[in-house]
Amino acid sequence: MAAQTLYDKLWQSHVVSQSDDGTCLIYIDRHLVHEVTSPQAFEGLRLANRTPWRVDSVVATADHNTPTDHWELGIQDPISRQQVETLDSNIKHFGAKAYFPFKDLRQGIVHVVGPENGATLPGMTVVCGDSHTSTHGAFAALAHGIGTSEVEHVLATQTLTAKKSKAMLIKVEGELGQGVTGKDVALAIIGEIGTAGGTGYAVEFGGSAIRSLSMEGRMTLCNMVIEAGARAGMVAVDDKTVEYLKDRPFSPKAEQWDAAVAYWKTLVSDEGATFDKVVELDASKIEPQVTWGTSPEQVTTVGGKVPNPAQLEDPVKRASLERALSYMGLQADTPIEQIQIDKVFIGSCTNSRIEDLRAAAAVAKGRQKAANVKLAMVVPGSGLVKQQAEAEGLDKIFVAAGFEWREPGCSMCLAMNADRLEPGERCASTSNRNFEGRQGQGGRTHLVSPEMAAAAAIAGHFVDVRTFA
Amino acid sequence: MKAFTQVDGLVCPLDRANVDTDAIIPKQFLKSIKRSGFGPNLFDEWRYLDHGEPGMDNSQRPLNPDFVLNQPRYKGAQVLLARDNFGCGSSREHAPWALEDYGFRAVIAPSFADIFFNNCYKNGVLPIVLPEAAVDQLFAETAAADGYTLHIDLAAQTVTTPSGAVFGFDITGHRKHCMLNGLDEIGLTLQHADEIKAFEAKHKQAQPWLFG
Ligand code: SF4
Repeated sequence: MAAQTLYDKLWQSHVVSQSDDGTCLIYIDRHLVHEVTSPQAFEGLRLANRTPWRVDSVVATADHNTPTDHWELGIQDPISRQQVETLDSNIKHFGAKAYFPFKDLRQGIVHVVGPENGATLPGMTVVCGDSHTSTHGAFAALAHGIGTSEVEHVLATQTLTAKKSKAMLIKVEGELGQGVTGKDVALAIIGEIGTAGGTGYAVEFGGSAIRSLSMEGRMTLCNMVIEAGARAGMVAVDDKTVEYLKDRPFSPKAEQWDAAVAYWKTLVSDEGATFDKVVELDASKIEPQVTWGTSPEQVTTVGGKVPNPAQLEDPVKRASLERALSYMGLQADTPIEQIQIDKVFIGSCTNSRIEDLRAAAAVAKGRQKAANVKLAMVVPGSGLVKQQAEAEGLDKIFVAAGFEWREPGCSMCLAMNADRLEPGERCASTSNRNFEGRQGQGGRTHLVSPEMAAAAAIAGHFVDVRTFA
Repeated sequence: MKAFTQVDGLVCPLDRANVDTDAIIPKQFLKSIKRSGFGPNLFDEWRYLDHGEPGMDNSQRPLNPDFVLNQPRYKGAQVLLARDNFGCGSSREHAPWALEDYGFRAVIAPSFADIFFNNCYKNGVLPIVLPEAAVDQLFAETAAADGYTLHIDLAAQTVTTPSGAVFGFDITGHRKHCMLNGLDEIGLTLQHADEIKAFEAKHKQAQPWLFG
């Protein structure tokens, strides 16, 4: 048999049928559900008198709308509350393998909850009505976001109609410098290939720098592949993958565990497998990244400067750069380290796992938030992450440094709950999108790693965490 | 879903690259549990001068006169002309729902974000990829002529300008069939129920840990 890529293997093992134009029916193993993109899908099922094909594939939680403080008051916004209650009643009516509702210990951001419960496994197809479903590809799963019509389609048929993408290998070789994280690798890649660079591709991340990343770091990387336009990102199985999954609640047990591990170990690209496109980066050259604009590709290194539109010849590009700078309230050529910030957000499905919180706490420890920083909030990705962090005393470190320690959820990543930026406020954020209005209308977002966000909170402006003493 | 065969539509030009789904329909409107009624909040942050929230009477809100959708000459537009990477960002199907509810039947751009592109077909909104040079030409012609319309023929896979220039576009056979006939895709898939069951049985035997 010809050498296959990891993507070839994942795709081929899920094809139910294929039609003449190449459109396939793909079987779906895991369906993650949250409150925002599911109500219309369940409603559709009900209207057509259909039932879910296989409820034991469904794992659900409430995350986008849930508040991050004063849980005793419940959800104050009545429309948010209705959406969460709609999920409660839909799950009650239709069923699920597991549901982690608002206030449950295991509730949290869907892309944190899946892996930590072992609900995401190598070799699976994983879908969710959320673009950052790509996160789960870190486990050598074929994972991608879908729209609400497809949520309904998966519920009703356990399949999706899809065409195979082209395969891209992004190879990062070498050693990452101290203070350089999975987030910086992700932003450096997007800076290199652009926000549409991955459109039409399924991306495999490979190379020694990727293998050196923890599962958390790999999830951060796969999470942001959608920001490069690719639907799915993935990393081959190795010992770290297997180690991470051992003894998780939904991981296979006993003799099934051994059979599963034996299969998972085959989930790597074969020697000599060919990709439609290969992008190579030198890990040793990657530095801590900071975005300055309104698209994740508008990024530079912490030692860099805000670009100057006058230097661009293409009028469309110049206009778009000028618009970004005006929205962000930035002058051309300003050194990144001179940009003062108003708020700090450490959280989101990109960077809210235990390792992220440890890294941020290590920077904050024994220090104080700068006076010009109005709010520095830390939002753990799930109740389990929160519990673990508190067991390690991280919450106390943050609070002592003047940060706020919150309840889990999406929070200010997209500001559907009460956590948001006011117009004109500037935020160092560990989330994944710096679009106009993403964190609140008129809010200005700079994407950074958790340690860079913590350092900015202490300094009051961006600062190179490698030299921060 | 509304079937799509042919459309003669007024064109509205949106001259920006990387228009994201947060811009197409801001998140506060995603709290709805319905599928309809998003049209008045399409491009909300660009279209109105105040901050929009669900439940507001949109007819009373101050319009941004500079935003293209508010210019009288584009009233009733059915074809949106856009730049690269249109619809990037989230998977929210509220984006095509808002476009459809507003009255758009097609979006033309040099490239689209993948999930948005896919979502459009499920809602009777035809996303058409044309080469950059063709899109440039359409932008120029739209700016030059009031009431500029395009004729879109899905069966023939063509876009025809008022002067008779014809551009072809690609679409997979499956999507074309569903769009032309306004078909419910779930119904079509369930015709393969036996195949799905057979696959499932095999799959379960090979990887029993995926079940239960
Ligand atoms: S944390 Fe942000 S990006 Fe992730 S699922 Fe929630 S809203 Fe989406």
